[in-house]
Amino acid sequence: MTASNKNKTKHVSYKKWGYLFLIPFFLVYGVFSFIPMISTFYYSFFENYMSGLKEIGPTFVGFDNYIKLFTEGDLLKYFENTIILWVLGFVPQIVISLILAAWFTDTRLKLKCSGFFKTVIYMPNLIMASSFAMLFFALFSNNGPINLILMNAGIIKEPFHFMSSTAGARGLIALMNFLMWYGNTTILLMAGMMGIDTALFEAAEVDGATPSQVFSKITMPLLKPILAYVIITSLIGGLQMFDLPQILTNGKGGPDRTTMTLIMYLNNHLYSKNYGMAGALSVILFLVTGTLSIWVFKAITGQREK
Amino acid sequence: MKKTNQKASISLQIRRAISYIILIILAIISLFSFYMLFNNATRAHVDIQRGFSLLPGRSFARNFNNVINNTTILIVRGMINSIIVSTCTVMLSVYFSSMTAYAIHVYDFKYKKFAFNFILLIMTIPTQVGALGFVKLITAMDLKESFIPLIVPAIAAPAVFFFMKQYMESSLPLEIIEAARIDGSNEFYTFNTIIIPLLKPALAVQAIFGFAGSWNNYFTPSLVLTKATKKTLPLWIAYIRSADFTKFDMGQLYMMVAFSIFPVIVVYLILSKFIVQGVALGSVKG
Repeated sequence: MTASNKNKTKHVSYKKWGYLFLIPFFLVYGVFSFIPMISTFYYSFFENYMSGLKEIGPTFVGFDNYIKLFTEGDLLKYFENTIILWVLGFVPQIVISLILAAWFTDTRLKLKCSGFFKTVIYMPNLIMASSFAMLFFALFSNNGPINLILMNAGIIKEPFHFMSSTAGARGLIALMNFLMWYGNTTILLMAGMMGIDTALFEAAEVDGATPSQVFSKITMPLLKPILAYVIITSLIGGLQMFDLPQILTNGKGGPDRTTMTLIMYLNNHLYSKNYGMAGALSVILFLVTGTLSIWVFKAITGQREK
Repeated sequence: MKKTNQKASISLQIRRAISYIILIILAIISLFSFYMLFNNATRAHVDIQRGFSLLPGRSFARNFNNVINNTTILIVRGMINSIIVSTCTVMLSVYFSSMTAYAIHVYDFKYKKFAFNFILLIMTIPTQVGALGFVKLITAMDLKESFIPLIVPAIAAPAVFFFMKQYMESSLPLEIIEAARIDGSNEFYTFNTIIIPLLKPALAVQAIFGFAGSWNNYFTPSLVLTKATKKTLPLWIAYIRSADFTKFDMGQLYMMVAFSIFPVIVVYLILSKFIVQGVALGSVKG
């Protein structure tokens, strides 16, 4: 009796626990993410907006919203803005991060206080983006501290109107993005660099390679996978850029909508309850980020199979 | 030979000096805006208008009281709301993400691979693409002005899942579970009483990131909450930005921004070691 019982427990299948433990995730994802996404796609084929207090539609219009988005709206302009803002912040970010990561991992350089510097440069990443934007708005306003400093130093005679110049507003957003993300990127690249076999560096040193040769001939080629990951995830994040420009420009994307990003545009449609257009815009965003996501997915699964 | 050695050591010294200078400059740039924030939060409106100073002022207490007693901009209320939402979000997210990761790490079942790949694939899809459906859904469920649509979705957090899965692969031996089974422990009980305590280091890291993420979130709450008593901090920051700036007491304004930023900075400084270590863990390694 006892023997057969023992045999039984040995053959107990734990399969059902696997499914059971997955229920909360998939249930919640289904209700709060998947169904909303499908219904968003569904709404993109309907004309549905508010005209005054009267709701127009929903009437099925096929691909009209998409056509409208590309022909009438400023979709391409906002797409261009988003990409420009991302590039402006990302290029200095990746350059500085590569240099810092190389320094921090350089065994000959032996930098002291690297823990302190890492702590400091990572900090802005955890700051509330909307507060950060509010702070920059206050600091860079026409009679704000930055203008006062520049005037006191004699660099400019009159206050520079950051918020009414395209270069000024875009520059501020890029600067904030840079400050918020370069610490994060540095740490990721450092992890990648520390994974490189130190024997390679030692061999290069014995052969008399200069630091810049080591960087371009050994570090960079071996860093490619993580570099690709950093670039694509940053681009996906960049396409979602919202808090910083929204708060900095009070949702207007000023001056003259040159800092209006795709998600700000989506947000405007949601607020004006133009659901058809908001749906079509979401689908386009989904397609773009979805394509990029597959890239990230391949990077992760490729790495795991190694 | 000696000469080249000397030359190499001099060039190393120079490179080291350059590194330190650039690091110090970057540290100053990173900290400058926060220093200005702290500084201006201690100064009175007139002083801020009159000119710029690197030294703190004497109006800290006054600005602080003004913010607390402000009856239109309910920063303290916003802070309480933010704490409620972020705490609940983080608890649900780390617990259920661990559970999901545990399911895939420990058990063998037919759709395991599919479930894992599915979660990885949705990890980088932005929540914003479903925003329209989300608004319609919560309106239909009568959950507008409620914290539930901000908290409950945290149960499905693909990035936290991925982190926990990585952590389990590196430091959760399956023998422990076997041992618990032999002792006759129920699987759910094993997970709660044996596994969760073992995951503590990873849970702590994810709790910090999750808390900051929820605390800083502006997009989703702006779709859900509009009542003054319900607003979270980022919504109040947006409100301040949209108010008439010229009529504002700047000392009070800086203090409000400080309220939203400094709690996170304090927590960060206490736990920075774990946080900086945790950043690299959840990503692809080269």
